[in-house]
Amino acid sequence: MMSQQQKRIKVLVAKLGLDGHDRGAKVIARALKDAGMEVVYTGLRQTPEQIVKAAIQEDVDVIGISILSGAHLELIPHVVNQMREKGLNDVVLVVGGVIPPQDVPKLKEMGVDEVFLPGSSLKEITEKITKAVETKRGIKVGNST
Amino acid sequence: MATLLEKALSGDELSIARLLTKIEYLSNEGLQSLEELMKRAGKAHVIGITGSPGAGKSSLIAELIEEYVRRGHRVGVVLIDPSSPFTMGSFMGNRIRMSNKNYNGNVFIRSIASRGHLGGISSEALMLIEALDGLGFDRILVETVGAGQTDTDVVSGVHTIAVVNVPGTGDEIQALKAGIMEIGDIYIVNKADKPEAEILYDTIRFAVESAEIDYRDGWKPRIVKTIAIKGVGIKDTVDLFEEHLTYVKEHGLFEKRIRERRIKMIELLLRRVLNNKIFEIVKENEELISKEINENYNLISTLQFLHDKIKESL
Repeated sequence: MMSQQQKRIKVLVAKLGLDGHDRGAKVIARALKDAGMEVVYTGLRQTPEQIVKAAIQEDVDVIGISILSGAHLELIPHVVNQMREKGLNDVVLVVGGVIPPQDVPKLKEMGVDEVFLPGSSLKEITEKITKAVETKRGIKVGNST
Repeated sequence: MATLLEKALSGDELSIARLLTKIEYLSNEGLQSLEELMKRAGKAHVIGITGSPGAGKSSLIAELIEEYVRRGHRVGVVLIDPSSPFTMGSFMGNRIRMSNKNYNGNVFIRSIASRGHLGGISSEALMLIEALDGLGFDRILVETVGAGQTDTDVVSGVHTIAVVNVPGTGDEIQALKAGIMEIGDIYIVNKADKPEAEILYDTIRFAVESAEIDYRDGWKPRIVKTIAIKGVGIKDTVDLFEEHLTYVKEHGLFEKRIRERRIKMIELLLRRVLNNKIFEIVKENEELISKEINENYNLISTLQFLHDKIKESL
């Protein structure tokens, strides 16, 4: 009989807002791919609405946002609100980029699951994302082979 | 309480998305829902967009969506990108070309990794086509993985095949070869503002005109020039798709292609199951195989042993 296949983590990686620096996002997207995840990369200059819309249609487990403009405290709440409004309560939200350490607790309070600052290792990022997915989505993940 | 399927049928996007995940991972609920949806399916015009990586398939699709919506259609889109043969991870970048505009529920775009399927299309993609069809999307665009010369499985999955070509990728000889240059119902010369676009156009025309074979189902392939990122040639392209649809319907091929697509879906599903089994059994017996082959040179008996193992496990 057909048996259910093991779930792979699906991640949306997007650049929120107007800064045009996408190398970091691409490096992360590539690292997640190399960790066995399925990454949908939507690129530059995305609005919170566009990001959440794409996340819904793709049914991703994780939304990964890269932001280097300094506008994270302004823009992230819009993403969080959109996610709540659309019922994405079990989707992991992670943010990375140029973020002052003192803003990390604020972002987490808003509802961000993990914040990755410059210098985070790719290993740490993939491990934390995997863990967050397993607890928040309640699924066992099979990403090796 | 409404089931996921009922909510999906009512047009709720998150429910559609979650149902598609259940289908692609072959969960019981997913398969049962797919069975229901298949009863409603069989109405959509399914169009495969294939061609080499970088030919402009995604950019074209972004424009085609706009045009179809303008003409009052509900558009389902399935974008296939390759999975890594090493980690099975995937970097899917097709959606970056789509504007993520708000089409009020009339456009549903889904990316899917090929997960080891070769041939340009996968069992998952074919199941998504069935599901979107059953959910009432009446035009379905399928982007294959960037195709090589023999990635022609898409033929059995769709009503209309568009092969996207770009200037500067080879001479007449490439156009005359077997494989991908034989399957198109419509050949698109994209990036038509580039030098050599005329040469490519003439080359394909020569290949089409000089064919002495019977064209697939009697349709003589058509050629159209586009500049996707500027929106040039998009109306003409959709007109050609619609013309082909009319032809397909008039010649009783519409249902025939759907039947072929479902057979392909079953075939690819079975292949997926079998591939997984083979992978598991080889892995389980790695040491033994290595020893038997490298030290004892027992090729025939080892193959027989593994063959029996696979048979037992099914």
